[in-house]
Amino acid sequence: MRKLLFQSLNQLPLTEPPPPAATVAELAAALDGSARRRLGRSLAIRMIDAGSCNGCELEINALGNAFYDLERFGLHFVPSPRHADVLLITGPITCNMREALLRTYQATPSPKWVVAVGDCARHGGCFAGSYAVVKDLAELLPVDLYLPGCPPNPTALLTGLLALLQAQESAARRMQPGSG
Amino acid sequence: MTENVVTIANPLSRFGGEQRVARHRPWPRVVVDRHGWNQAAAQLVAGELCLLGLWGDVDSVHMALHDPREASFAVLSLRCPERRYPSIGLRHPAALRLERTLVDMYDLIPEGLPDSRPWLDHGRWPVSHPLAAAEPNAGGGRPYAFLANDGHSLHQIPVGPVHAGIIEPGHFRITANGEIVVRLEARLGYAHKGVERLMMGADLDRASKLAGRVSGDSTVAYALAFAQAVESASVAVVPARALWLRALMAELERIGNHFGDIGAVCNDAGFGLMQAHCAVLRERVLRASAIAFGHRQMRDGVVPGGVAVDIDASGDAAVRALIAEMRLRFPALIELYDSTASLQDRMVGTGILDSGLARSFAAGGYVGRASGRNFDARRVPGYAPYDGLRFSVPVRQVGDVNDRVWIRIEEVEQSLGLIEQILDGLPVGPVRITVPAVAEVCEGIALVEGFRGDVLVWVRLAADGRVARCHLRDPSWFQWPLLEAAIDGNIVADFPLCNKSFNCSYSGHDL
Repeated sequence: MRKLLFQSLNQLPLTEPPPPAATVAELAAALDGSARRRLGRSLAIRMIDAGSCNGCELEINALGNAFYDLERFGLHFVPSPRHADVLLITGPITCNMREALLRTYQATPSPKWVVAVGDCARHGGCFAGSYAVVKDLAELLPVDLYLPGCPPNPTALLTGLLALLQAQESAARRMQPGSG
Repeated sequence: MTENVVTIANPLSRFGGEQRVARHRPWPRVVVDRHGWNQAAAQLVAGELCLLGLWGDVDSVHMALHDPREASFAVLSLRCPERRYPSIGLRHPAALRLERTLVDMYDLIPEGLPDSRPWLDHGRWPVSHPLAAAEPNAGGGRPYAFLANDGHSLHQIPVGPVHAGIIEPGHFRITANGEIVVRLEARLGYAHKGVERLMMGADLDRASKLAGRVSGDSTVAYALAFAQAVESASVAVVPARALWLRALMAELERIGNHFGDIGAVCNDAGFGLMQAHCAVLRERVLRASAIAFGHRQMRDGVVPGGVAVDIDASGDAAVRALIAEMRLRFPALIELYDSTASLQDRMVGTGILDSGLARSFAAGGYVGRASGRNFDARRVPGYAPYDGLRFSVPVRQVGDVNDRVWIRIEEVEQSLGLIEQILDGLPVGPVRITVPAVAEVCEGIALVEGFRGDVLVWVRLAADGRVARCHLRDPSWFQWPLLEAAIDGNIVADFPLCNKSFNCSYSGHDL
């Protein structure tokens, strides 16, 4: 083990530069209306699989690897909705997951954001029209941001989450004079 | 593709079949009477046959069987116009959940089924029996009676369907005495998307996309199994280069998932260093796959008739560089795994799956092979190009978490060799043909080795070439119940470890 740890010390980091600022700013602008209050430059994310094929989960998991290193941006996944600022929702929202999803949303303290990940969470993807899925996530919950893709790759996911952070900060700047 | 596929010797006479169904390829499908059906059940109980699948139809039930001694395969069908058939699950527990699902989906009643609780149907859909009459249903949900546990000092731990980690939805009911697990009972179905109903009437393009989204981590394996079933049904001859490229994608998918699993199992034992390194290797596999085939998970790369994308010089170079990198980095990680005493202490002897159970459930993949079951669909029934490639199928006997990790390690090593052979021997030529038009109804079946085990796909094409019916059976069907047996007597804290070492698919099971 010691050898491997020493090797890691000598190697250059694998972590890549963050996504281009312009792309992030563009997404952040789209979010401004929904941003509410400054939470510090940190977001706690709770992931809910509402019946996905597990492809989105694989890419969300990849955010934690050395190349993307999600936590350097102050983003981290939390095990309970009660600790979360953001709910990351995947899947076409199956009827069998509807109640669990709503209960998880209710268990999340406000202010909170809902990010729908993947084509399925937008409009059912290729499962749209099935008897077993809810027609539209937006019918159940207010959705702040959609990140399309089948599945979206980690760079796209990171870009979206950084946009959320940036939108919070710009909203905070606007609110600062009166809000204390 | 059909030439090296073997079939059960004389299933007509062996099960008293009345007739062999025309245009069902490559294995025979035989209509049997109740006596033949029960005879097959007896042979399943005796361990002479393996159950590969059990699914419904308009007014019949089908059962896919494998005879390991003869390395042969067949499908038995029993007509049941009164929607009743003799339960297989009554005598052979591997069929239990499949039969409960048949009630949910088809309203086909297994006579004598010892467990009559619904399985995938939680009472939340707007319809009942969606693959049969599809009567309207209020959809309000209904309570579920978990199995009773009687005894002193027992307590229950409910887990899910929303889990603490980034994983799929499912509910686990753990009954424990102190730290010791007395019973684990899973309740699944939360990821049910109605895939088989969506398949009905779908054209091949759409159906192939759906098949590739049954279980995202096995998208290549599912698309491949679906394509093979369609090609068998329509007697399509796929170009050799396409067959080789499919195998290349399948092996990349296998090593990517195995790296992910090896890291994640160690992480569940609190050893994050292994996870950090394995996640890097996995990411490199996904990146090389994206260069070679245009998508990190190679979605929709395999299509009926061939492959959608050919590999070019840069893809070839990326995969070769990947192999070199893996050969350089992986041995140090294997040594790290094997020589860290605190990690071994968690792995060795934990979650032992009895080899008799693995055999009786015909458990595929690393779950079966770590418990002595020597089965790999790439060998038997076998499909091109694996018949011309050199590889061994690792088998171990202890059946603990450690063995399931070791099977993955050894399979990665085999797959690296396979990928090199494929790149070196890749035939030139076209990579896709148009699937020939079918003049009348025809059926096809395929068994493909995914990273998790054998994926079974059965398809019936209508005369217009669209999918009339399609059944997709994930390897997890025969692995989930065994997790409940393997965890028995272990400590609660080892549940995540055991669960990850199985890594069953929720979505693939729930369909």
